Amino acid sequence: MSTAKEYTLAELMIVAGAEAYRDGGEVLATGIGLLPRLAASLAMKTFNQDMMMTDSEAYLLSDPNPVSGRSSHEGQAQETWMGFSRIFDNVWSGKRHAFVGPSQIDRYGQSNISALGGTYDKPKVQMLGARGFPGNSISHANSFFVPAHSKRVFVEDEVDVVCSIGYNPERLPKGYTMNDIDIRLVVTDLCVMDWKGPNNMLRLVSLHPGISVDQVLENTGFEVHVEGDIPTTPAPSEEQLEIIAQLDPQNWRSKQLKDNPPGDRS
Amino acid sequence: MSKVLSAQEAVAQIKDGMTVGIGGWGPRRKPMALVRELLRSDVKDLTIVAYGGADVGMLCAAGKVKKVVYAFVSLDFIPLEPYFRQARQNGDIETMEIDEGQMLLGLRAASWNVPFIPTAIGLGTDIVKVNPDLKVIDSPYDDKEWVAMPALKLDVSLIHVDRADERGVCQIKGPDHYMDDWFARAADNTVVSCDELVPTDTFHAEDEARYVFWERAQTQAVVHIPGGAHPSSCNPLYGFDVPHFKEYNASAKDGGFAAYFEKYIDGKTEEDYQAAVGGLEAIQKLPLPVY
Repeated sequence: MSTAKEYTLAELMIVAGAEAYRDGGEVLATGIGLLPRLAASLAMKTFNQDMMMTDSEAYLLSDPNPVSGRSSHEGQAQETWMGFSRIFDNVWSGKRHAFVGPSQIDRYGQSNISALGGTYDKPKVQMLGARGFPGNSISHANSFFVPAHSKRVFVEDEVDVVCSIGYNPERLPKGYTMNDIDIRLVVTDLCVMDWKGPNNMLRLVSLHPGISVDQVLENTGFEVHVEGDIPTTPAPSEEQLEIIAQLDPQNWRSKQLKDNPPGDRS
Repeated sequence: MSKVLSAQEAVAQIKDGMTVGIGGWGPRRKPMALVRELLRSDVKDLTIVAYGGADVGMLCAAGKVKKVVYAFVSLDFIPLEPYFRQARQNGDIETMEIDEGQMLLGLRAASWNVPFIPTAIGLGTDIVKVNPDLKVIDSPYDDKEWVAMPALKLDVSLIHVDRADERGVCQIKGPDHYMDDWFARAADNTVVSCDELVPTDTFHAEDEARYVFWERAQTQAVVHIPGGAHPSSCNPLYGFDVPHFKEYNASAKDGGFAAYFEKYIDGKTEEDYQAAVGGLEAIQKLPLPVY
Protein backbone atom coordinates (compact mmCIF):
# COMPACT_ATOMS: atom_id res chain seq x y z
CA MET A 1 0.00 0.00 0.00
CA SER A 2 1.43 3.35 -0.97
CA THR A 3 1.14 6.20 1.51
CA ALA A 4 -0.74 9.23 0.22
CA LYS A 5 1.22 12.46 -0.06
CA GLU A 6 -1.76 14.75 0.14
CA TYR A 7 -4.76 14.14 2.33
CA THR A 8 -7.07 16.15 4.52
CA LEU A 9 -7.35 16.07 8.29
CA ALA A 10 -10.86 14.66 7.89
CA GLU A 11 -9.44 11.77 5.87
CA LEU A 12 -6.67 11.19 8.44
CA MET A 13 -9.31 11.06 11.20
CA ILE A 14 -11.45 8.62 9.18
CA VAL A 15 -8.45 6.31 8.72
CA ALA A 16 -7.46 6.62 12.40
CA GLY A 17 -11.06 5.97 13.43
CA ALA A 18 -11.28 2.86 11.28
CA GLU A 19 -8.56 1.35 13.48
CA ALA A 20 -11.11 1.19 16.31
CA TYR A 21 -12.69 -1.70 14.41
CA ARG A 22 -9.51 -3.64 13.58
CA ASP A 23 -9.75 -7.05 15.27
CA GLY A 24 -13.16 -5.90 16.46
CA GLY A 25 -14.94 -9.03 15.32
CA GLU A 26 -18.52 -9.53 14.19
CA VAL A 27 -20.14 -6.48 15.79
CA LEU A 28 -22.63 -3.87 14.72
CA ALA A 29 -20.68 -0.69 14.04
CA THR A 30 -22.65 2.49 14.55
CA GLY A 31 -20.90 5.68 13.54
CA ILE A 32 -22.90 8.70 14.64
CA GLY A 33 -22.06 11.57 12.32
CA LEU A 34 -20.49 11.56 8.88
CA LEU A 35 -16.81 11.04 9.76
CA PRO A 36 -17.37 8.24 12.32
CA ARG A 37 -19.74 6.57 9.85
CA LEU A 38 -17.05 6.79 7.15
CA ALA A 39 -14.49 5.39 9.61
CA ALA A 40 -16.66 2.35 10.31
CA SER A 41 -17.49 1.95 6.61
CA LEU A 42 -13.81 2.04 5.65
CA ALA A 43 -13.02 -0.65 8.24
CA MET A 44 -15.82 -2.85 6.90
CA LYS A 45 -14.65 -2.30 3.32
CA THR A 46 -11.05 -3.23 4.12
CA PHE A 47 -9.75 -5.12 7.15
CA ASN A 48 -12.90 -6.18 9.00
CA GLN A 49 -15.46 -7.58 6.60
CA ASP A 50 -17.18 -9.43 9.45
CA MET A 51 -18.56 -6.15 10.79
CA MET A 52 -22.21 -5.24 10.50
CA MET A 53 -23.61 -1.80 9.59
CA THR A 54 -27.12 -0.49 9.00
CA ASP A 55 -28.61 1.86 6.42
CA SER A 56 -29.15 4.28 9.35
CA GLU A 57 -32.84 3.51 9.03
CA ALA A 58 -34.13 -0.05 9.30
CA TYR A 59 -31.95 -2.63 7.52
CA LEU A 60 -28.66 -4.35 8.23
CA LEU A 61 -26.31 -4.25 5.25
CA SER A 62 -23.74 -6.70 3.90
CA ASP A 63 -21.90 -3.76 2.34
CA PRO A 64 -22.00 -0.19 3.69
CA ASN A 65 -23.99 2.43 1.79
CA PRO A 66 -22.22 5.50 0.43
CA VAL A 67 -22.84 8.48 2.72
CA SER A 68 -23.49 10.91 -0.13
CA GLY A 69 -24.76 10.92 -3.69
CA ARG A 70 -27.64 8.45 -3.25
CA SER A 71 -31.26 9.11 -4.14
CA SER A 72 -32.94 6.12 -2.50
CA HIS A 73 -32.39 2.93 -0.56
CA GLU A 74 -33.04 0.79 -3.62
CA GLY A 75 -30.28 -1.62 -4.50
CA GLN A 76 -28.64 -1.50 -1.08
CA ALA A 77 -27.15 -4.77 0.20
CA GLN A 78 -29.69 -5.43 2.97
CA GLU A 79 -29.50 -8.75 4.81
CA THR A 80 -32.00 -8.42 7.66
CA TRP A 81 -34.55 -6.02 9.13
CA MET A 82 -33.03 -3.91 11.87
CA GLY A 83 -35.64 -1.45 13.10
CA PHE A 84 -35.02 0.58 16.24
CA SER A 85 -36.57 -1.94 18.62
CA ARG A 86 -34.27 -4.66 17.29
CA ILE A 87 -31.26 -2.36 17.58
CA PHE A 88 -31.76 -2.59 21.35
CA ASP A 89 -31.76 -6.38 21.21
CA ASN A 90 -28.38 -6.07 19.54
CA VAL A 91 -27.16 -3.39 22.01
CA TRP A 92 -28.00 -5.48 25.04
CA SER A 93 -26.33 -8.55 23.53
CA GLY A 94 -23.07 -6.59 23.60
CA LYS A 95 -22.27 -7.25 19.93
CA ARG A 96 -21.94 -3.59 19.02
CA HIS A 97 -19.28 -0.90 18.98
CA ALA A 98 -20.57 2.65 18.68
CA PHE A 99 -18.48 5.62 17.55
CA VAL A 100 -20.02 8.72 19.05
CA GLY A 101 -19.26 12.42 19.38
CA PRO A 102 -20.05 13.64 22.89
CA SER A 103 -20.18 17.35 23.75
CA GLN A 104 -18.21 16.76 26.95
CA ILE A 105 -15.79 14.03 28.09
CA ASP A 106 -14.14 13.88 31.52
CA ARG A 107 -11.08 12.18 33.06
CA TYR A 108 -13.13 9.07 33.77
CA GLY A 109 -14.32 8.72 30.18
CA GLN A 110 -17.81 9.74 31.25
CA SER A 111 -19.55 11.74 28.53
CA ASN A 112 -22.45 14.15 28.05
CA ILE A 113 -24.86 14.95 25.23
CA SER A 114 -27.81 15.94 27.40
CA ALA A 115 -27.46 19.48 28.73
CA LEU A 116 -24.84 22.08 29.68
CA GLY A 117 -24.53 24.49 32.60
CA GLY A 118 -27.16 25.85 34.95
CA THR A 119 -28.89 23.23 37.06
CA TYR A 120 -30.35 19.90 35.99
CA ASP A 121 -33.88 21.28 36.34
CA LYS A 122 -33.02 24.47 34.47
CA PRO A 123 -29.98 23.91 32.26
CA LYS A 124 -28.28 26.81 30.49
CA VAL A 125 -28.25 24.83 27.25
CA GLN A 126 -30.57 21.89 26.64
CA MET A 127 -29.08 19.52 24.08
CA LEU A 128 -30.38 16.16 22.83
CA GLY A 129 -31.02 14.22 26.01
CA ALA A 130 -29.11 11.12 27.10
CA ARG A 131 -30.38 9.20 24.02
CA GLY A 132 -28.86 5.69 24.04
CA PHE A 133 -25.66 6.58 25.90
CA PRO A 134 -26.55 4.98 29.27
CA GLY A 135 -27.51 1.65 27.70
CA ASN A 136 -24.73 1.67 25.12
CA SER A 137 -21.99 2.38 27.64
CA ILE A 138 -22.98 -0.38 30.08
CA SER A 139 -23.62 -2.91 27.28
CA HIS A 140 -20.91 -2.67 24.63
CA ALA A 141 -17.72 -0.99 23.37
CA ASN A 142 -17.71 2.71 22.58
CA SER A 143 -15.21 5.04 20.92
CA PHE A 144 -15.27 8.83 20.91
CA PHE A 145 -14.86 11.22 18.01
CA VAL A 146 -13.92 14.81 18.82
CA PRO A 147 -13.72 17.20 15.84
CA ALA A 148 -12.36 20.12 17.91
CA HIS A 149 -10.04 19.04 20.73
CA SER A 150 -10.43 21.63 23.50
CA LYS A 151 -11.00 22.09 27.21
CA ARG A 152 -14.66 22.73 26.41
CA VAL A 153 -14.91 19.06 25.39
CA PHE A 154 -12.28 17.52 27.68
CA VAL A 155 -13.55 19.23 30.83
CA GLU A 156 -11.66 19.72 34.10
CA ASP A 157 -14.41 18.41 36.41
CA GLU A 158 -17.05 15.78 35.83
CA VAL A 159 -19.22 16.31 32.76
CA ASP A 160 -22.39 18.34 33.50
CA VAL A 161 -24.74 15.38 32.96
CA VAL A 162 -23.17 11.91 33.12
CA CYS A 163 -24.86 10.14 30.19
CA SER A 164 -22.40 7.27 29.78
CA ILE A 165 -20.63 5.21 32.43
CA GLY A 166 -16.88 5.66 32.71
CA TYR A 167 -13.96 4.53 34.85
CA ASN A 168 -15.15 6.46 37.90
CA PRO A 169 -14.65 4.48 41.12
CA GLU A 170 -17.28 6.56 42.92
CA ARG A 171 -19.97 5.63 40.44
CA LEU A 172 -18.95 2.02 39.85
CA PRO A 173 -22.09 -0.09 40.34
CA LYS A 174 -22.18 -2.87 42.92
CA GLY A 175 -20.76 -6.10 41.55
CA TYR A 176 -18.88 -4.38 38.72
CA THR A 177 -15.17 -3.98 38.07
CA MET A 178 -13.46 -1.49 35.78
CA ASN A 179 -13.01 -4.37 33.32
CA ASP A 180 -16.77 -4.34 32.73
CA ILE A 181 -16.42 -0.89 31.16
CA ASP A 182 -15.16 -0.81 27.59
CA ILE A 183 -14.17 2.56 26.16
CA ARG A 184 -11.84 2.17 23.23
CA LEU A 185 -10.34 4.92 21.07
CA VAL A 186 -10.61 8.69 21.21
CA VAL A 187 -9.92 10.27 17.82
CA THR A 188 -9.60 14.06 17.80
CA ASP A 189 -8.35 16.67 15.34
CA LEU A 190 -5.02 16.64 17.22
CA CYS A 191 -4.35 13.03 18.14
CA VAL A 192 -5.45 9.49 18.91
CA MET A 193 -5.86 8.44 22.54
CA ASP A 194 -7.16 5.47 24.52
CA TRP A 195 -7.97 4.73 28.18
CA LYS A 196 -5.06 2.38 28.85
CA GLY A 197 -3.02 4.70 31.08
CA PRO A 198 -2.52 3.83 34.78
CA ASN A 199 -5.93 3.34 36.43
CA ASN A 200 -7.67 3.79 33.09
CA MET A 201 -6.24 7.26 32.56
CA LEU A 202 -6.59 8.78 29.14
CA ARG A 203 -3.38 7.92 27.28
CA LEU A 204 -1.83 9.56 24.23
CA VAL A 205 -1.41 6.96 21.46
CA SER A 206 -0.33 9.01 18.43
CA LEU A 207 -0.03 12.63 17.32
CA HIS A 208 -1.37 13.82 13.99
CA PRO A 209 1.41 15.13 11.70
CA GLY A 210 2.59 18.57 12.83
CA ILE A 211 0.95 18.40 16.27
CA SER A 212 2.98 18.51 19.51
CA VAL A 213 2.41 16.82 22.87
CA ASP A 214 2.05 20.28 24.42
CA GLN A 215 -0.79 21.18 22.08
CA VAL A 216 -2.69 18.12 23.28
CA LEU A 217 -1.99 18.81 26.96
CA GLU A 218 -2.87 22.50 26.68
CA ASN A 219 -6.23 21.68 25.15
CA THR A 220 -7.22 18.94 27.59
CA GLY A 221 -8.79 19.91 30.93
CA PHE A 222 -7.25 17.00 32.82
CA GLU A 223 -4.06 14.98 32.95
CA VAL A 224 -3.21 12.83 29.94
CA HIS A 225 -0.77 9.94 30.30
CA VAL A 226 2.21 10.43 27.99
CA GLU A 227 4.85 7.72 27.94
CA GLY A 228 8.01 7.68 25.82
CA ASP A 229 8.19 8.87 22.23
CA ILE A 230 4.75 9.30 20.78
CA PRO A 231 4.43 8.03 17.22
CA THR A 232 2.79 9.96 14.39
CA THR A 233 -0.70 8.90 13.33
CA PRO A 234 -0.21 6.89 10.12
CA ALA A 235 -1.15 8.73 6.94
CA PRO A 236 -3.88 7.21 4.77
CA SER A 237 -2.81 4.95 1.92
CA GLU A 238 -3.81 5.82 -1.65
CA GLU A 239 -6.07 2.76 -1.57
CA GLN A 240 -7.83 3.99 1.57
CA LEU A 241 -8.38 7.44 0.03
CA GLU A 242 -9.87 5.79 -3.04
CA ILE A 243 -12.33 3.78 -0.94
CA ILE A 244 -13.24 6.85 1.11
CA ALA A 245 -13.94 8.74 -2.13
CA GLN A 246 -16.21 5.90 -3.31
CA LEU A 247 -18.08 5.98 0.01
CA ASP A 248 -18.42 9.78 -0.14
CA PRO A 249 -18.50 10.73 -3.84
CA GLN A 250 -19.82 14.22 -3.13
CA ASN A 251 -16.99 14.93 -0.67
CA TRP A 252 -19.26 15.81 2.24
CA ARG A 253 -16.26 14.98 4.44
CA SER A 254 -14.64 18.22 3.30
CA LYS A 255 -17.38 20.18 5.09
CA GLN A 256 -17.12 18.46 8.46
CA LEU A 257 -14.12 20.28 9.94
CA LYS A 258 -13.72 24.06 10.00
CA ASP A 259 -11.74 25.21 6.91
CA ASN A 260 -11.09 21.55 5.92
CA PRO A 261 -7.43 21.56 7.08
CA PRO A 262 -4.71 19.42 5.48
CA GLY A 263 -3.76 16.21 7.28
CA ASP A 264 -0.14 17.26 7.72
CA ARG A 265 0.10 20.56 9.61
CA SER A 266 3.90 20.65 10.06
CA MET B 1 -67.80 -2.91 15.85
CA SER B 2 -66.73 0.40 14.39
CA LYS B 3 -64.15 2.40 16.35
CA VAL B 4 -64.16 5.32 13.95
CA LEU B 5 -64.26 8.72 15.65
CA SER B 6 -63.58 12.29 14.59
CA ALA B 7 -60.33 13.82 15.82
CA GLN B 8 -62.31 16.04 18.19
CA GLU B 9 -64.21 13.08 19.66
CA ALA B 10 -61.06 11.04 20.11
CA VAL B 11 -59.02 13.83 21.68
CA ALA B 12 -61.90 14.83 23.96
CA GLN B 13 -61.15 11.63 25.90
CA ILE B 14 -57.88 13.15 27.08
CA LYS B 15 -58.33 14.84 30.45
CA ASP B 16 -56.18 17.14 32.60
CA GLY B 17 -53.31 15.34 34.28
CA MET B 18 -53.36 12.25 32.08
CA THR B 19 -50.26 10.41 30.88
CA VAL B 20 -50.17 10.40 27.08
CA GLY B 21 -47.83 8.29 24.96
CA ILE B 22 -47.07 9.48 21.44
CA GLY B 23 -45.81 7.05 18.79
CA GLY B 24 -43.33 7.70 15.98
CA TRP B 25 -39.71 8.79 16.33
CA GLY B 26 -38.35 12.36 16.12
CA PRO B 27 -39.70 13.76 12.82
CA ARG B 28 -41.05 10.38 11.66
CA ARG B 29 -44.68 9.17 11.61
CA LYS B 30 -45.95 11.35 14.41
CA PRO B 31 -49.74 11.69 14.89
CA MET B 32 -49.45 15.43 14.32
CA ALA B 33 -53.09 16.08 13.35
CA LEU B 34 -54.15 14.56 16.69
CA VAL B 35 -51.49 16.65 18.44
CA ARG B 36 -52.90 19.77 16.71
CA GLU B 37 -56.35 18.81 18.00
CA LEU B 38 -54.88 18.50 21.48
CA LEU B 39 -53.26 21.93 21.09
CA ARG B 40 -56.70 23.42 20.32
CA SER B 41 -58.24 21.87 23.44
CA ASP B 42 -58.05 23.32 26.95
CA VAL B 43 -56.42 20.19 28.42
CA LYS B 44 -53.40 20.80 30.67
CA ASP B 45 -50.93 19.19 33.07
CA LEU B 46 -50.19 16.25 30.78
CA THR B 47 -47.32 13.83 31.23
CA ILE B 48 -45.96 13.03 27.77
CA VAL B 49 -44.00 9.84 27.01
CA ALA B 50 -42.38 9.92 23.58
CA TYR B 51 -39.41 9.46 21.30
CA GLY B 52 -39.89 13.16 20.92
CA GLY B 53 -39.98 15.55 18.02
CA ALA B 54 -42.18 18.55 17.25
CA ASP B 55 -45.06 16.78 19.04
CA VAL B 56 -43.30 17.31 22.37
CA GLY B 57 -42.01 20.76 21.44
CA MET B 58 -45.44 22.07 20.43
CA LEU B 59 -47.21 20.67 23.49
CA CYS B 60 -44.55 22.20 25.76
CA ALA B 61 -44.78 25.55 23.97
CA ALA B 62 -48.57 25.57 24.30
CA GLY B 63 -48.39 25.02 28.05
CA LYS B 64 -50.05 21.60 27.95
CA VAL B 65 -47.25 19.74 29.66
CA LYS B 66 -46.41 19.13 33.28
CA LYS B 67 -43.78 16.46 32.72
CA VAL B 68 -41.93 14.86 29.82
CA VAL B 69 -40.58 11.30 29.93
CA TYR B 70 -37.87 11.30 27.24
CA ALA B 71 -34.52 10.03 26.02
CA PHE B 72 -34.27 12.75 23.37
CA VAL B 73 -36.37 15.39 21.71
CA SER B 74 -35.06 16.08 18.22
CA LEU B 75 -36.06 16.91 14.66
CA ASP B 76 -33.10 14.82 13.37
CA PHE B 77 -31.85 17.13 10.62
CA ILE B 78 -32.40 19.97 13.09
CA PRO B 79 -30.80 18.22 16.08
CA LEU B 80 -32.30 20.32 18.87
CA GLU B 81 -36.07 20.78 19.14
CA PRO B 82 -36.46 24.55 19.63
CA TYR B 83 -39.48 24.67 21.93
CA PHE B 84 -38.51 21.70 24.09
CA ARG B 85 -35.20 23.47 24.49
CA GLN B 86 -36.93 26.66 25.62
CA ALA B 87 -39.15 24.78 28.05
CA ARG B 88 -36.14 23.07 29.65
CA GLN B 89 -34.00 26.21 29.77
CA ASN B 90 -36.86 28.12 31.38
CA GLY B 91 -37.29 25.33 33.92
CA ASP B 92 -40.95 25.05 32.87
CA ILE B 93 -41.31 21.27 32.90
CA GLU B 94 -40.66 18.30 35.12
CA THR B 95 -38.64 15.54 33.53
CA MET B 96 -37.90 11.86 33.62
CA GLU B 97 -34.86 11.59 31.37
CA ILE B 98 -34.03 7.98 30.57
CA ASP B 99 -32.20 5.95 27.93
CA GLU B 100 -34.13 5.28 24.71
CA GLY B 101 -33.99 1.51 25.18
CA GLN B 102 -35.00 1.93 28.80
CA MET B 103 -38.18 3.66 27.62
CA LEU B 104 -38.92 0.56 25.54
CA LEU B 105 -38.54 -1.55 28.69
CA GLY B 106 -40.94 0.72 30.57
CA LEU B 107 -43.52 0.38 27.80
CA ARG B 108 -43.05 -3.40 27.77
CA ALA B 109 -43.48 -3.62 31.54
CA ALA B 110 -46.74 -1.68 31.26
CA SER B 111 -47.86 -3.88 28.37
CA TRP B 112 -47.07 -7.09 30.25
CA ASN B 113 -48.63 -5.95 33.53
CA VAL B 114 -45.41 -6.30 35.50
CA PRO B 115 -44.26 -3.47 37.82
CA PHE B 116 -40.74 -3.23 36.42
CA ILE B 117 -38.12 -4.85 34.22
CA PRO B 118 -34.56 -5.21 35.56
CA THR B 119 -31.82 -3.69 33.44
CA ALA B 120 -28.24 -2.48 33.68
CA ILE B 121 -29.19 0.68 31.78
CA GLY B 122 -28.50 3.83 33.74
CA LEU B 123 -26.01 2.32 36.20
CA GLY B 124 -22.98 4.55 36.72
CA THR B 125 -24.71 7.55 35.11
CA ASP B 126 -26.81 10.51 36.22
CA ILE B 127 -29.94 8.66 35.04
CA VAL B 128 -30.06 6.90 38.42
CA LYS B 129 -29.31 10.18 40.25
CA VAL B 130 -31.75 12.64 38.66
CA ASN B 131 -34.76 10.30 38.67
CA PRO B 132 -35.84 9.66 42.27
CA ASP B 133 -38.55 7.30 41.00
CA LEU B 134 -36.00 5.02 39.40
CA LYS B 135 -34.98 2.42 41.96
CA VAL B 136 -31.75 0.42 42.00
CA ILE B 137 -32.31 -3.03 43.49
CA ASP B 138 -30.41 -6.17 44.45
CA SER B 139 -30.93 -9.30 42.41
CA PRO B 140 -32.18 -12.56 43.90
CA TYR B 141 -29.95 -14.40 41.40
CA ASP B 142 -26.57 -12.61 41.35
CA ASP B 143 -24.42 -10.17 43.31
CA LYS B 144 -24.91 -7.20 41.04
CA GLU B 145 -27.27 -4.28 41.43
CA TRP B 146 -29.87 -3.59 38.75
CA VAL B 147 -32.09 -0.69 37.71
CA ALA B 148 -35.76 -1.56 38.17
CA MET B 149 -37.25 0.24 35.17
CA PRO B 150 -40.86 0.93 36.20
CA ALA B 151 -43.83 0.26 33.94
CA LEU B 152 -44.72 3.37 31.95
CA LYS B 153 -48.48 3.04 32.15
CA LEU B 154 -50.25 5.28 29.69
CA ASP B 155 -53.80 6.59 29.93
CA VAL B 156 -53.89 7.31 26.22
CA SER B 157 -51.58 6.65 23.28
CA LEU B 158 -51.69 8.64 20.06
CA ILE B 159 -50.30 6.84 16.99
CA HIS B 160 -50.36 7.47 13.24
CA VAL B 161 -50.40 4.57 10.77
CA ASP B 162 -50.57 4.15 7.00
CA ARG B 163 -53.94 2.44 6.97
CA ALA B 164 -56.53 0.92 9.27
CA ASP B 165 -59.97 -0.63 9.09
CA GLU B 166 -62.86 0.58 11.24
CA ARG B 167 -62.26 -2.19 13.77
CA GLY B 168 -58.73 -1.00 14.51
CA VAL B 169 -56.58 -3.32 12.42
CA CYS B 170 -53.60 -1.01 11.80
CA GLN B 171 -50.96 -1.40 9.11
CA ILE B 172 -47.54 0.27 8.93
CA LYS B 173 -45.68 -0.34 5.68
CA GLY B 174 -42.77 2.00 6.31
CA PRO B 175 -39.39 0.39 7.01
CA ASP B 176 -39.80 0.75 10.78
CA HIS B 177 -42.85 0.69 13.04
CA TYR B 178 -40.61 2.10 15.82
CA MET B 179 -42.06 1.34 19.28
CA ASP B 180 -45.66 1.94 18.22
CA ASP B 181 -46.76 -1.61 19.05
CA TRP B 182 -45.58 -1.06 22.63
CA PHE B 183 -47.25 2.37 22.85
CA ALA B 184 -50.48 0.68 21.73
CA ARG B 185 -50.14 -2.09 24.33
CA ALA B 186 -49.03 0.15 27.21
CA ALA B 187 -52.11 2.38 26.99
CA ASP B 188 -55.63 1.94 28.33
CA ASN B 189 -56.93 3.86 25.35
CA THR B 190 -55.07 3.86 22.03
CA VAL B 191 -56.16 6.41 19.44
CA VAL B 192 -54.86 5.77 15.95
CA SER B 193 -55.03 8.21 13.07
CA CYS B 194 -54.62 6.73 9.61
CA ASP B 195 -53.82 8.02 6.14
CA GLU B 196 -56.22 5.49 4.61
CA LEU B 197 -59.38 3.93 6.07
CA VAL B 198 -59.75 0.59 4.26
CA PRO B 199 -62.07 -2.44 4.20
CA THR B 200 -61.03 -5.37 6.40
CA ASP B 201 -60.34 -7.64 3.43
CA THR B 202 -57.46 -5.32 2.44
CA PHE B 203 -55.39 -7.28 4.96
CA HIS B 204 -56.41 -10.68 3.62
CA ALA B 205 -54.34 -10.37 0.45
CA GLU B 206 -50.87 -11.91 0.18
CA ASP B 207 -48.60 -10.77 3.05
CA GLU B 208 -50.48 -7.56 3.93
CA ALA B 209 -51.17 -8.90 7.46
CA ARG B 210 -47.42 -9.15 8.10
CA TYR B 211 -47.37 -5.34 8.34
CA VAL B 212 -49.91 -5.32 11.20
CA PHE B 213 -47.91 -5.17 14.44
CA TRP B 214 -50.56 -5.31 17.13
CA GLU B 215 -53.96 -6.94 17.32
CA ARG B 216 -57.08 -4.78 17.08
CA ALA B 217 -58.02 -5.25 20.76
CA GLN B 218 -55.16 -2.82 21.51
CA THR B 219 -56.78 -0.07 19.43
CA GLN B 220 -59.77 1.79 20.88
CA ALA B 221 -60.32 4.57 18.32
CA VAL B 222 -59.61 5.07 14.62
CA VAL B 223 -59.51 8.54 13.09
CA HIS B 224 -59.25 8.94 9.32
CA ILE B 225 -56.89 11.84 8.54
CA PRO B 226 -55.08 11.64 5.19
CA GLY B 227 -51.76 13.48 5.54
CA GLY B 228 -52.24 13.39 9.31
CA ALA B 229 -48.56 12.90 10.10
CA HIS B 230 -47.52 16.19 8.45
CA PRO B 231 -45.02 17.83 8.95
CA SER B 232 -43.50 14.50 10.07
CA SER B 233 -43.11 11.68 7.55
CA CYS B 234 -45.28 8.66 6.86
CA ASN B 235 -42.86 6.54 4.83
CA PRO B 236 -43.59 5.19 2.20
CA LEU B 237 -46.53 7.55 1.61
CA TYR B 238 -44.65 10.83 2.13
CA GLY B 239 -41.47 12.25 3.60
CA PHE B 240 -41.11 14.93 6.24
CA ASP B 241 -41.58 18.58 5.26
CA VAL B 242 -38.10 20.09 5.55
CA PRO B 243 -39.10 23.70 4.68
CA HIS B 244 -41.99 23.55 7.15
CA PHE B 245 -39.75 22.25 9.95
CA LYS B 246 -37.26 25.02 9.15
CA GLU B 247 -40.02 27.61 9.42
CA TYR B 248 -41.21 26.03 12.68
CA ASN B 249 -37.67 26.04 14.03
CA ALA B 250 -37.15 29.68 13.01
CA SER B 251 -40.46 30.66 14.63
CA ALA B 252 -38.90 29.99 18.03
CA LYS B 253 -36.66 33.00 17.41
CA ASP B 254 -38.94 35.16 15.25
CA GLY B 255 -42.40 35.34 16.77
CA GLY B 256 -42.49 32.51 19.25
CA PHE B 257 -44.97 29.65 19.25
CA ALA B 258 -47.96 32.01 19.46
CA ALA B 259 -47.29 33.21 15.92
CA TYR B 260 -46.93 29.66 14.57
CA PHE B 261 -50.04 28.57 16.48
CA GLU B 262 -52.08 31.46 15.12
CA LYS B 263 -50.92 30.91 11.54
CA TYR B 264 -51.52 27.15 11.37
CA ILE B 265 -53.59 25.81 14.23
CA ASP B 266 -55.70 28.21 16.30
CA GLY B 267 -59.34 28.19 15.24
CA LYS B 268 -58.51 26.20 12.11
CA THR B 269 -59.64 22.79 10.89
CA GLU B 270 -57.22 20.17 9.61
CA GLU B 271 -58.42 21.10 6.09
CA ASP B 272 -57.47 24.74 6.78
CA TYR B 273 -54.08 23.54 8.05
CA GLN B 274 -53.43 21.43 4.98
CA ALA B 275 -54.44 24.30 2.69
CA ALA B 276 -52.00 26.58 4.55
CA VAL B 277 -49.10 24.13 4.02
CA GLY B 278 -49.79 23.65 0.29
CA GLY B 279 -52.60 21.09 0.25
CA LEU B 280 -52.89 17.33 0.71
CA GLU B 281 -51.50 16.59 -2.75
CA ALA B 282 -48.36 18.55 -1.94
CA ILE B 283 -48.00 16.64 1.36
CA GLN B 284 -48.32 13.33 -0.46
CA LYS B 285 -45.54 14.37 -2.86
CA LEU B 286 -43.00 15.21 -0.13
CA PRO B 287 -39.86 13.23 -0.96
CA LEU B 288 -38.68 10.44 1.34
CA PRO B 289 -35.44 11.15 3.22
CA VAL B 290 -32.24 9.32 2.33
CA TYR B 291 -29.94 8.59 5.27
